Amino acid sequence: MLIEDIKNLLNANFLSGEENAILKVNGAFGSDLMSDVLAFVDDKILLLTGLTNLQVVRTAEMLDINVIVFVRGKIPPQEVIDMAQEMGISLLTTSHSLYTSCGILYSNGLKGITIGGAE
Amino acid sequence: MGSNEKNTGIKLEYEILKDDFARAGEASSGIKKVLRQLGIDSSAIRKTAIATYEAEINIVIHSEGGKILVYIKPDKIEIIAKDNGPGIKDIDLAMQKGFSTASNRVRELGFGAGMGLPNMKKSSDEFYIESEMGKGTTVKMIITL
Repeated sequence: MLIEDIKNLLNANFLSGEENAILKVNGAFGSDLMSDVLAFVDDKILLLTGLTNLQVVRTAEMLDINVIVFVRGKIPPQEVIDMAQEMGISLLTTSHSLYTSCGILYSNGLKGITIGGAE
Repeated sequence: MGSNEKNTGIKLEYEILKDDFARAGEASSGIKKVLRQLGIDSSAIRKTAIATYEAEINIVIHSEGGKILVYIKPDKIEIIAKDNGPGIKDIDLAMQKGFSTASNRVRELGFGAGMGLPNMKKSSDEFYIESEMGKGTTVKMIITL
């Protein structure tokens, strides 16, 4: 799914990295636990989270994630947006909850990642 | 922080400060950039990035400060994360997924879920941990190239 489509489906706004709109993601992962993101993500995915600190962008950097959606209307501090901008990571914000955001994207064909045993 | 090249490879060294939440991840980011410049295989870069980042977070949140050393050799990447205490009481327990002694402040950052050491082990091809109460903890990880 294209980042542009994610933005439109979630009625979201860009906070940084609008130039990535035509890039594609292969799946999505929703979590406020960055350790779990580091443990389970193994692909070019979209990260959905309600956490807004620098470590979210750092985690994305380590995993080559290039798009993050902040849910529940959250907007990170300016330093977080600046760091993402510098790294070429797109940040989006949506007023939908994590559950609803994931539901909208899933029902439009964006699947989650596979975790051993589960589908 | 610095690097010097010898026949044996490249050595990177980063000082990690206790409770420095704002800069946590800078060392790992620097290491990742160097590996990229060297044209290291992307899967090895990813494993190293996860291993060093979790180690860096651990030093910031749990220790009195420490160091991360990375030796990039032709056949492997060696990571040594060494802190100045307080040491881990029960390593087997600390290695269990989900076990954590982290504070609420750390949990609010998205860490302290008890996945740090298991993640480091999972990301590396060889993993060694040694700890002495009152002295400190050393984790050595090897990622083969």
